[in-house]
This record gives sequence, C-alpha cells and structure tokens, in this order.
Amino acid sequence: MQGFPILSAILALPLLGALACLLSGPVAARWIALATTLATLALCIGLWLTYQIGGEQWQFTEYKEIFGRFAWALGIDGIALMLIVLTAFLMPICIAASWTAIEKRVPEFMACFLFMETLMIGVFCAQDIFLFYIFFEAGLIPMYLIIGIWGGANRIYAAYKFFLYTLLGSVLMLVAMLWMVNFAGTTSIPALMETDFPAEAQNWLWLAFFASFAVKMPMWPVHTWLPDAHVQAPTAGSVILAGVLLKMGGYGFIRFSLPMFPEASAYLIWIVFGLSMVAVVYTSLVALVQQDMKKLIAYSSVAHMAFVTIGLFAFNKQGIEGGLVVMLSHGLVSGALFLCVGVVYDRLHSRDIDKYGGLSNNMPQFALLFMIFTMASVGLPGTSGFVGEFLALVGAYEANSWVAAVATTGIILGAAYMLWLYWRIAFGTARTAEAAALPDLSKRELLILAPIAAAVLWMGVYPESFMAPMRADVDALLARIERAAPEGDARRTAGRPAPAARDAHVPATKAEGTHH
Amino acid sequence: MLHDFLLILPEEILSVGALVLMLAAAWGGDKAAPVLTWLAVLILGVAALFVPGIADAGGTAFGGLFIGDSFAAFSKITIYAGAAIALIAAMSWFGRDRDYRAEYPVLILFSAIGMGMMVSAGDLLTLYVGLELQSLAAYVLASFQRTDTRSAEAGLKYFVLGALASGILLYGISLLYGFTGTTQFGGIAAALGHGVSTGQLFGIVFVLAGLAFKISAVPFHMWTPDVYEGAPTPVTAFFASAPKVAAMALLVRVAVEAMAPALHEWRQIVIFAALASTVLGGVAAIGQRSVKRLLAYSSINNVGFALVGLAAAGPAGVASVLFYMAVYVVMTLGAFLVVLRMRDAQGRPVETIASLAGLSRTRPMLALAMAIFMFSLAGIPPLFGFWPKFLVFDAAVGAGLTWLAAVAIATSVVSAFYYIKIVKLIYFDEPAPAFAETKEPVGTALIFASAVFVSPLGYLAIPWLGAAAARAAGALF
Repeated sequence: MQGFPILSAILALPLLGALACLLSGPVAARWIALATTLATLALCIGLWLTYQIGGEQWQFTEYKEIFGRFAWALGIDGIALMLIVLTAFLMPICIAASWTAIEKRVPEFMACFLFMETLMIGVFCAQDIFLFYIFFEAGLIPMYLIIGIWGGANRIYAAYKFFLYTLLGSVLMLVAMLWMVNFAGTTSIPALMETDFPAEAQNWLWLAFFASFAVKMPMWPVHTWLPDAHVQAPTAGSVILAGVLLKMGGYGFIRFSLPMFPEASAYLIWIVFGLSMVAVVYTSLVALVQQDMKKLIAYSSVAHMAFVTIGLFAFNKQGIEGGLVVMLSHGLVSGALFLCVGVVYDRLHSRDIDKYGGLSNNMPQFALLFMIFTMASVGLPGTSGFVGEFLALVGAYEANSWVAAVATTGIILGAAYMLWLYWRIAFGTARTAEAAALPDLSKRELLILAPIAAAVLWMGVYPESFMAPMRADVDALLARIERAAPEGDARRTAGRPAPAARDAHVPATKAEGTHH
Repeated sequence: MLHDFLLILPEEILSVGALVLMLAAAWGGDKAAPVLTWLAVLILGVAALFVPGIADAGGTAFGGLFIGDSFAAFSKITIYAGAAIALIAAMSWFGRDRDYRAEYPVLILFSAIGMGMMVSAGDLLTLYVGLELQSLAAYVLASFQRTDTRSAEAGLKYFVLGALASGILLYGISLLYGFTGTTQFGGIAAALGHGVSTGQLFGIVFVLAGLAFKISAVPFHMWTPDVYEGAPTPVTAFFASAPKVAAMALLVRVAVEAMAPALHEWRQIVIFAALASTVLGGVAAIGQRSVKRLLAYSSINNVGFALVGLAAAGPAGVASVLFYMAVYVVMTLGAFLVVLRMRDAQGRPVETIASLAGLSRTRPMLALAMAIFMFSLAGIPPLFGFWPKFLVFDAAVGAGLTWLAAVAIATSVVSAFYYIKIVKLIYFDEPAPAFAETKEPVGTALIFASAVFVSPLGYLAIPWLGAAAARAAGALF
C-alpha cells in the first residue's frame, strides 16, 4: 500500500461517483451511488487493516504544495481512522435506506450524498488547517440542499436555520485560524498541535473554536438547530447528520481545542462542564415529553453529545477514551434509531408516537432490532453505549465528582425516555388500525439494520478492536495536555489506619513469626 | 518620448480603435453593430497584449502623470476582460429586441480608456480625466434604451449624483493641491510626510468621499440600486464589473501611494466604509424583489469586503484587494449572464427574484450555475469565492486588525442569508413559468467558463493568480 495515495483515492472516489450520478437517470444513479459507497467502504476497511497500531502517529500521509497558500496535506491517526471507517460504514446504509424513500430528483440526491461523503472524510484526514476548514465548511452546501429539497413540510425553515447557525459558528473559527497561522508560521495541523500559544491569546482562540464546535456538536444552548434539521431531513440525512456531522464537533475538540490550547481548555473548563451538565439534564427532560419520534432521538443526541464533551474535557485517559467511544457508538446507534424511525415512517407516514403501538406483534424482527438499539442508547452492558458512557463517567468522576453525579442522572433519564418510547411503540396494543397491519422488515431493511446491530454488539463486547488504534493517540494527547490538567476533586488520600487496626495486625505478623 | 508613447500603447490602441469604430458606426449604421462589437472585443484583446508591466516592471510616462506598472497591468487586464465579456453579453441581449445600436461598443471602448487611465494615474489630474471619461460613457450607457423611461431615469440619476461626486472629488483635489502644493502622488506623499495638517485632512476626506461614490461604498451607495435596476441588464453587468475594479484600484493607489503617510487618518475612514458596506449590503438586500437590485446590494457588500483588505494596507492587503476584485468580476459577471437569460415565454426580460423559483426543474444546468455563483458570492468553501474573502481577512489579521476581520466575517453571515435565499428559490420551491429557451452558444460558454473558474477547480489558479496579484501589489511599495 505504501506510495499509493489511498486517502486521495478515498476522497476522489465519491466525488467521481457524484458526477456520474448527476449525468445519469434515477435507477442508474442509485446503483452508481451504492457501488461507489461500497467501494469506498472497501478502501476504508483496507485502510483499517493496513493501519499500523503503535506505528507512526500520522500514517498514510500525503503532501502536495498545489494551492500556494495551503497544501493538499492528508494523513490520519487512529482517531481519524475510526471516524473515517464510521463514515464509510454508514454511507452505503444511507444510500440503501433512501432506495425507495427518495422518489424525486434521485440523481441530485445521490450526488449530494456522495459529495457529502468526500467532504466528511476530508475533514477527518486533512492535515492542513485551511484544508480542514474548507472541508468543514463545504459540508453546509450539500446538507442545505438535502434538507431543503428532500425534507419534510417545514424543511425550508430548518435548512436556513441549519445553514446560518453553523456558518455563524464557524466563521469566527476562521479568524482564529488566520491568527494562529500568522503566529506559528505554519498551516500544518501536526505542527500547530506542538505549538505553544501565549496563554492570554489561547482563551480567545479557544472561544472562537468553541463557538464553531459547540454549534456542530451541538451543545446547549446552541443546539436548537438540531431538532429542526433532524425532523425535517429525510431519513438518510438524519443518519448522516447524527452519525457523522455531529462527530466533527468532538473531533474538533480533540484535534484543535485540547492539544493546541491546553491552558485555555483547563481555564475555561467550567463552560464545557456547565453547558454539558445542563444539556444532559435539560435535553433529557425535553426528550421525555416529545410526541415526535425523530425529535425525541434528536434531543437524546444532544444529551449523548454532552457525555462526549464531559469525557473529553476530563483531562484523563478514561474520560478521553470514553468520549471517543461514545462518539463512535452514538454514530452507530443514533443512525440506527433514525433508520428504525424511517422504517415505520415509510409505512405510515407519521412520526407521531401515538399513532403506533404493539409493533412487536406484527413486526417482530423490527421490534428485536429496535430493542437492541434502544438498549445501546440506554447504555446497557454488552452494547456499545455502555462502554463509552461508563468510561466517560469514570473519567469525569476523577475530574469532578459533581459533574459525574449530574451526568449520571442523564443515564437514568435516558433509560426513562428510551424505554418509554420503546414501550409505546413496540408493546401493548396498536393504537391505530394501520399500525396493527404494518408488514415486517423487508430484506433490504434487514440488510440495512443488521450490520449496524452487529457493530453495536461487537463494540459492546470487544471494544478493544476500536480502542486499540486510538490508544497511542490518546496517550499523545494526554502527554500534551497534562501540564495544564486542572486539579480534580476526587484525589484519593492515603488513609491513616486506626490504632486498633494497627494493633490487630501486629499480633498476626508476630504470630506468623512465632511459627518459624 | 517614444518610451512614453510605448507605455500608453494600450490606451492608444483603444482610442484609435474607438474612433475608427465610431466612424464605421456613423456610416455603417446599426446593421453593422454585431461586427463592430466583435471588433471592439478584438481591440480590447489587442490592447491587453500591449499592456506594459506584465513581464517587466513597466515605468512612468509624461513626467509621472501616467504610471504603467504591474499594478496597473493587473487591473487593466481584469478591466479589459470584464468589458469584453460585458460586450459579448450585451450583443445577444439587445439583439433580440432589435434595439442594439452601433454606439454601444464605442461607448464601452471609451469607458475602457477612461478606466485604464484611472488605474494608471500618477497625478490627481490624470485621475480626474480618466474618471470623467469613464463616467461620461457610463452615463450614456445607463440611458441607452432611450424609449424606456426607467433607463432614462437611471441615466439621469447616475449623471446628477455622479456630477455631485465629481464635484466633491474636485474640491478634495483642490484642497490637497492647495495644502501640499502639488497634484502628483509622490509629491503629496512627501508633503504629508511632515505631518497631516487640518486642510490636508479635509482634502483627504473629500477625495476619499468622491472615490467611495465611484466604488459605491456606504454611505455613498444610494445611487447604486436605482441605477442598477433601471439600466439595461447588460449595462448593469458592465457597471458591476469593470468600473468597480477600476475605481477600487484607483482608490488603492491613491490611498497607498499618495496618502501613505496619512495611513492612520484614512484607515479609519476605510474601516468605517468597509463595515458599513458589508452590513448594509447584507441587510438591505434581504427585502429586495428585483434580481438586479439584489445584485446591486451584493456589489456594495463585496466592495465592503475588498475595503477590509485595503484597510490592512501593506503589500498583503493590496494583493488581497486585487485578488478579490479579479474573482469578484468573474462571479458577478457569471451571475449577470444568468440574469440575462431570464426572459418569459414572450421573450420579455423578467427581473423579479420570484421568477427564479424552481429553476432547477426547468433549466437544471442554468440553475446549477446560478447556485454556484450564489454560494461563491456568499464565500462558502469549497467554491472559489471563499478564497478572496480568506485573503482579505488574512491580510487584516496580519496587519493587527483581528477585530476588523472578526466583525466583517460575522457580517458575511448576514449576506449569506440572501444568497442562499436565491438557492432556496431555485432548488426548493415549486417552478415558476419556465424561461424562454435561448440559443446563445457564446453566452453559454461564458457561463460555463465562469462557473468552472469559481468552482473548486479555481483553487488550482491560486499559485499564479496569487503571484500576479502579489507582483502587482509590490509595484506600489
């Protein structure tokens, strides 16, 4: 594989597919899109298999000085690798999920999706800060079109909101990037990660990046674009939004905020913790009262993303690894949940929870898969959700026990709204005649959901496959931010043994000695 | 002396060419108009070949009255290209209504001479002569459709307000001359070097106000939407492209060369005009119903961003302004070329934004091109319109004006709203009556070429375009 520009190939493939889709009819466009995404997935799996765990920090690097001011610099570490694999994994599933659901303007839809794939993978493998920005921002265009053209009734409002919110968030980041490049004299992300910026500037830079990533993440109170965008977007759009786009925020924190501004991250940690704590409790409560299935899952996304931020900013290994696993797990689980909603929506054309009920009677396969994803979302041991949330909370407890305590209520509330949702949809008796007559999963739908369920269980039972590539990078990150790590409130102190206990031990050793 | 005449070779070619074309128009009548138009394009192309300062450093002519350096060369090439494209676009647009007349290419050529003089001015008087030559041709062009009251109104408005601006500019020039004792840029800079007196400050303010009118920067922008709306669409396309470049280049040269020691004084004015333009250009465009008015506000908005680069001053700032204007011309002309295609079933031009609704169904490729231009004007990567914005903000940050970059970039979100509103109309809404089919292979080729230039492929042009802009900017320092 050495010498072959595999990352460029992975970026070019969907782009070429997008062009081919634009020039072909609806049926051909579907097959082209599916073939392209599968080929990309194959390349990404190849990437995973050839990635050397414990090898160089940045692998598969490419560098071409073709833009003058910035370079075509690509390269991945373990964290980027896992997110790229996640993206490539979800993409063919999205295409398959839109196979019949999208009827109008199919070639454009497929082209938008493939273009989106290039941009998302580009975000994760860009090693030049401006190249990163271009990929990061460019995602707005296809997503705006996806929501606006193929979305639900209120799609235009949602598309505007999505576009302007995220644009406003990220423009300030550009100014911060310009300042950093002026200061450091390099546009290379690995070099910038080693640069020590002056402490007083760090706070401003950190805030500028935070504005962008917090909107993308999304964190309370700038999350309001998410429920609108999710509800209005077509199913596949929601999957990509929840599965990959939200991860860009977390990726940004790991790649930029923490290693580039460790002091500011420590100094402003209260913002992250404060907002995350509010998000966990508040959005969970909001999720509890939703009547719209998609909205409920959207709010649960905000709550889960708060676990990511809490974990990442815990400044310790468990926390960061936990945050990363939550990102991967949430990418699979929330994507799958949106697909499940899409399955019933395609049949009944309603997302209203009250229209359903008792689906386990007439849709047993669906009920089983939906249960797996519900449990994963709740964080049941054995599913991917448990691993990440547990690690994140352990890390958070070490950093700040209050944060951990509040965040844990989110798990309880999460169980409440997810199980209640499952109960209302799958158990009991059907509330409407139409719901009682819904047919079970088709082969296509089964093929879409089963791989995700397998991945969720795999990550739950043997998370090492996913954590091993990231470990060295987490260690490198920790080594970088250690100097700024804030004092945790859970420092264990050596206890002083009570006199009686000490005495109790003495005879024992003496008694032991006398035997000899 | 010969050296002097060699330096003004493009102007000579254009002048002689324009005069010959005028005679041909007088005898050939309007039937010769298409031929004359192509000849005018050819003359512009030939003139561009002889622009001094492209390969060499150029020089000054007539004792410093005229400067033919790389800076002028970069601007002139952009101006001639913009004028040529506007000419080609005009021919087929007017042609259909049979009201295209042979004076049109002649007027554009005269305007091009004036613009060339503006960017080559080394003296306040050359500046004024160039500006007036360009403006007088523009006044006539604005009212080119004599029978159309809107066009006549636009011409009159432009003339009255333009005359006012010229008066302000002349007053400023007289003050600068009175308080510095010279009209040459170099001499003014030397005089200002001893400290800026109140009289000189007034001169600077009035000169900048007069020039701000020509680039339609807020608060001297009021004429722009009205003139743009009233003038025939190809004329509007011309106004929004080449003259903007010329006026902006002129402003840059005056500010950086003649007023260099007064940087602190003029920077405040430029910063104010920049922010006011980006904000007003963004907010006022939101409620517009006419595409032409919308693009007028868009041009105000873009001028504001270019001014951010000027506020940064320094070689990087000037280079960013030049780069900005070059890309801006392509984006704007591209958008106008699409607007020129907007005709209802009877072939009458339509100008309402609403008529673009659902264009993606009726004319997918045209819709795609328009969407590319809109996203590019909004400065969304990966389209090429992002890069000039990037450069001006980079220059501002490099000059220590981080706050200016932050505020200006935040206002770009406001303007993004109305650009994506056009995209929404084109892609999300139900189709309005389809536009009449057109067979204009040249126009289609131009739209295609500009769409490719502002597409991500444009980034491949950064090395040479950036180097050219940097060399041009270097000529001023």
